[in-house]
Amino acid sequence: MRNDAVRRLISKVITSLCAFAVLVALVPLALILFLVITQGILSLNVDFFTRMPAPVGEAGGGMANAIAGTLILIGLGAVFAIPIGVISGIYAAEFSGTKMATAVQFAADTLNGVPSIVIGVFVYGIAVLPVKQFSAAAGGLALGVMMLPIITRTTEELLKLVPISLREGALALGATRGWTTVSVVLPAAAPGIITGIVLALARIAGETAPLLFTAFNNRFFSTRLDQPISSLTVQVFTYAISPYQEWHRQAWAGALVLVALVLLCSVLARYATRRLERLQTGH
Amino acid sequence: MSTSSSSHDLRFRLGTGLVALILVLLVAAIGFELLRQSQLSIAKFGLSFWINDVWDPVSGEFGARPFIWGTLYSSVLALALATPIALGIAIFLSELCPNSLRQPLTFLTELLAAIPSIVYGLWGIFVLVPAVRAFEASLPAALRALPFFSGPPVGVGMLSAVLILAVMVIPFTSSVAREVLKAVPMSQREAAYALGATQWEAIRAALYYGRTGIVGAIMLGFGRALGETMAVTMVIGNNPQISLSLFAPQYTMAAVLANEFTEAADELYLDALIEVGLVLFVITLFVNAGSRVLIWRMNRTATVRTAPPVVAAPIGDAA
Repeated sequence: MRNDAVRRLISKVITSLCAFAVLVALVPLALILFLVITQGILSLNVDFFTRMPAPVGEAGGGMANAIAGTLILIGLGAVFAIPIGVISGIYAAEFSGTKMATAVQFAADTLNGVPSIVIGVFVYGIAVLPVKQFSAAAGGLALGVMMLPIITRTTEELLKLVPISLREGALALGATRGWTTVSVVLPAAAPGIITGIVLALARIAGETAPLLFTAFNNRFFSTRLDQPISSLTVQVFTYAISPYQEWHRQAWAGALVLVALVLLCSVLARYATRRLERLQTGH
Repeated sequence: MSTSSSSHDLRFRLGTGLVALILVLLVAAIGFELLRQSQLSIAKFGLSFWINDVWDPVSGEFGARPFIWGTLYSSVLALALATPIALGIAIFLSELCPNSLRQPLTFLTELLAAIPSIVYGLWGIFVLVPAVRAFEASLPAALRALPFFSGPPVGVGMLSAVLILAVMVIPFTSSVAREVLKAVPMSQREAAYALGATQWEAIRAALYYGRTGIVGAIMLGFGRALGETMAVTMVIGNNPQISLSLFAPQYTMAAVLANEFTEAADELYLDALIEVGLVLFVITLFVNAGSRVLIWRMNRTATVRTAPPVVAAPIGDAA
């Protein structure tokens, strides 16, 4: 029908376009990273980590309260999400194929797809409205709900990677199924699961929307769980939409810290998973 | 001995199952809670909430249509922009890329998904919006007469939102599409090559084989775009109007929640906002469920259809 030269040309053009698509996606990545790093470094200093926000019009100041707030919120979320997520993941992997396990997988995927702002509205309804008080606890719960599906699926997938021979070995020695999972399969998958959890925590640390009306914001240093608490992301948002130059500089510094955190964790996770892969293919 | 062991097994199954049930109940609880909290608005406005254009907290009249429009319009346009790029990336990384480049390039494209939304928004405000404003102002008057480019060149508006959404959606679609292509049996491509196909024709055969999964990947990106909040809120202009114009400041469901939730002074206002959340939840639920079903079905057919070579071998022997 069409002659060969034309077909070969079409093939060349389209495959080149595919390579071009990768470049198109990497341009915004490079632009964003470049700007965040150059702008962020200008205003990032020791004060940023140790001082409180300065009032409007005053130079300097930092985000000590927001950094502490983010750590507290992430910690609260982790306390909620890690046990439930890991156990749900164990269930989904161990009883894979049953109706209930499929329901758990489907629920995790669905929850993962629920917009973060909707999770904020949900947690507002159950944890803020009844007590008429924004609180760190509510913010932590919102972040926990966001972490939960990621931790569940990570645990499930990594458990399924553990060689069946390990499991059979334990069962052959007379261990019960639960004991096999807890004492043999889980430890084998643990490094991967921990890596996945760290990565999930880093990503959730960058969430803003679920905190807007759960943890809200706080101009002061607070560690109380029943009071509003500041976070890096909400603080960056507040500063970014303000009209003040000085606050914009602070926002860039905050963005740099957030990006550095996520980048560092991603690189570490990648390094760790590669080592794991090498270990698994090694024997 | 065997009874005690099986009762142990049962306890293990029940114990972990009960915890896993929390996850399932949580999804149901979100829907239930949003429905319960928006009763006032649902009772007062009923279905007109979906089609009313007026959002006026002062007079207590609430219609969500401008937000539904803004969310759908921005997401569809972003998808139109992101899908070809995301599929191109997936094809390049799984079919064309030299082995040494594959891992670093995959890592870099997936990094796009790791950058926090707020950082995209910050970049949007200070870099993208001024650039879009300059672009809008430089457009010739003949084009500006079209409904797509009408209105003053303010920078904040639909175009900025679409561009930023497209970049944010790319990694999600491309990573699922890559998995789908990976699941397509090599024999599909080999068969195409054996028939004299060019490289692109072989890839097209693989894409066709994985079409269910590819559609699932695109829908997953759509779901992401629908719910994206911070970056869009910061660049879309937050003006509840229905306009085809890419230059017009508009509003999305997620953005109105982010902006007005803490300001909702009376109960009806708050309930109307929660109902916006409910609408967003329902729409994303359908899109995501559809996407998951397609991706799962793809994975199943891929594993079922890889079986034939074993069956085919004896036939070859007989010949």
